[in-house]
Amino acid sequence: MAPKNDMDEAGIGELVEKAKEAGPLQVKWLKNPFETQMWRSIFRHKVDDQPRNRSLAVLSNVFLHLHPAKVNRDSVRYTFTWGMGGITFYLFLILTFTGVALMYYYHPDKANAFRDILYIKNDVPFGNFLRNLHRWAAHSMIITVWLHQMRVFMTGSYKAPREFNWNVGVILLLVTMMLSFTGYLLPDDQLGFWAVTVGTNMARATPLIGHEGPFGPEIGATAFNDVRFAMLGGSIVDANALLRSYIHHCVGLPLVGGVFMIVHFWRIRKDGSISGPAPVMLASEVKNAKGRR
Amino acid sequence: MDWKQLWEICSAPDNVPIVLLLFLTPFYLWYGFREAIKNDRLITQLEADPALAKTHHRRHQPYHPAWDKTVHVWPYLLRIELLAALVVTAFLCIWAIYLDAPLEEPANPTLTMNPAKAPWYFLGLQEMLVYFDPWIAGVILPNIIVVGLMAIPYMDTSPLGNGYYTWKQRKFALGGFLFGYLVLWLALAIVGTFIRGPGWMWFWPGQTWDAHRVVHEVNIHLHELFGITDVWEIAIFGGIATLGFTAVLGGAVDFALRKWKPELFRKMNVIQYAHLVGFLIMMIRLPVKMVLKLGFDIKYVWVTPWFNV
Ligand code: HEM
Repeated sequence: MAPKNDMDEAGIGELVEKAKEAGPLQVKWLKNPFETQMWRSIFRHKVDDQPRNRSLAVLSNVFLHLHPAKVNRDSVRYTFTWGMGGITFYLFLILTFTGVALMYYYHPDKANAFRDILYIKNDVPFGNFLRNLHRWAAHSMIITVWLHQMRVFMTGSYKAPREFNWNVGVILLLVTMMLSFTGYLLPDDQLGFWAVTVGTNMARATPLIGHEGPFGPEIGATAFNDVRFAMLGGSIVDANALLRSYIHHCVGLPLVGGVFMIVHFWRIRKDGSISGPAPVMLASEVKNAKGRR
Repeated sequence: MDWKQLWEICSAPDNVPIVLLLFLTPFYLWYGFREAIKNDRLITQLEADPALAKTHHRRHQPYHPAWDKTVHVWPYLLRIELLAALVVTAFLCIWAIYLDAPLEEPANPTLTMNPAKAPWYFLGLQEMLVYFDPWIAGVILPNIIVVGLMAIPYMDTSPLGNGYYTWKQRKFALGGFLFGYLVLWLALAIVGTFIRGPGWMWFWPGQTWDAHRVVHEVNIHLHELFGITDVWEIAIFGGIATLGFTAVLGGAVDFALRKWKPELFRKMNVIQYAHLVGFLIMMIRLPVKMVLKLGFDIKYVWVTPWFNV
């Protein structure tokens, strides 16, 4: 039997005392985690429901600060924006996540591409689900972008001061469609191969720089030096075209799209938030200056 | 009536989205026009009553002077965004569980798909190939569409209808856009998806896609109707016909604009006006060419050794 040690006794006693103190403290933190040092280190504001805190919740969060703190009370009605711009952006995020996940299983070369898709479909856990999600989110994004543009037109939101943002939007429309198109080739199946063949065949006919276009042959365009050759990295849709598609699809276009989306959102704020629902204006109130307000 | 064929087209996995769009587009059109009609009523009312126009809050949405003009983003907007994200996620998950993305045989350059179709969102362009040579349908027209879209805000500088739905104040702008989008773009994509079968032949919905159907495809070129045979004469004749038609069309558009939209003519500067007329000409030429081809089998108006129009 070990000799009794006074020091030990006292140490343990103190610890026990501290533990007893800690009990209620932990209960207190559990009841109100917002008071803890850890919480405060993450969120930079209090949580009680006050106007100041509601604003800070948005403004002090990097992901939410694209929003203003307050918006026009009628603009949050679904009837105005249809939510299509936001949904488009959300679909872009889904596509980024599912797309990166797919990249882990996909090699962009003729020997592997098709087999990798079979592998994803049949063997990768949830691979088929992942691929389906990516596919249908892509199609949905085209639909929502078109509807978004339709609503922007119907509310006249391209008018001053938002002309530039409309143009940024047109670029985003192109990027979205090119993303879908470049992705279509990647499974390297008949569907994608022929769609891209048909699509890029049109480039042959580009005036001057296509080898079947007006005045193309006359200035020396051939199947091996024209614009289609530059797009495909060859005269037919083959290994180089697959690799190019892959790089456009996974790197180039998402980057360009991402940059333009940042500009798009920034401009929405700078142009004074979204355009409405604005008070209606009467024809009699339009100043008769030439082309200007 | 071959229902199975129709079902096969509509249920092809990559066609399901355009079937969805077939329902979504009319819905949102109605949804937008419902707002437009409410605003138009308000505008009519305010125009008739200048005193009211001075005091009215000028929106059709419910209003109370004591209400705040703005609301906090947290929670009033963010909760909607969260809800939208949840709905979209759930919708996509269900879609992805019940419908598999298509995968055909491995790519095979020696085995042509018939019909070889682009995805549905490009079928408008592919359908245009029937009416124009690839350098127009595949290169010129898409570029004009993009430039035209970009030019819209700089041509339509009217401050009316900025930020609210209205039909009354923007009949021309809205009508023009919807004609372009719904008829020239969507309808062509729908034809490309549902009507065009093997060999890009025309099959009515419910008709069996018979790859061996023999269609006596007649392609007449305009100069043949006039019995012109010499290459140079053909080229010159076609040039006159094409440019002449364009000029006449431009004149007609110009006349119509001055007559029915005088205020528009007055307010635009010459660059804006020239571009507007130019884009309108292009928008009208497409359906004209479609009528020529579908109705009269006329393929080319202008045949030259280098290009055809
Ligand atoms: C990747 C594609 C796009 C994304 C992610 C996107 C996102 C957004 C978002 C989130 C908004 C806020 C209001 C709303 O949700 O409606 C918005 C507004 C706007 N978008 Fe887009 N958009 C895209 C494409 C386009 C296109 C194709 C156009 C037009 C050609 C366009 C033009 C505009 C304009 C002018 C506004 C301001 C609307 C207003 O003030 O009422 N955007 N966009």
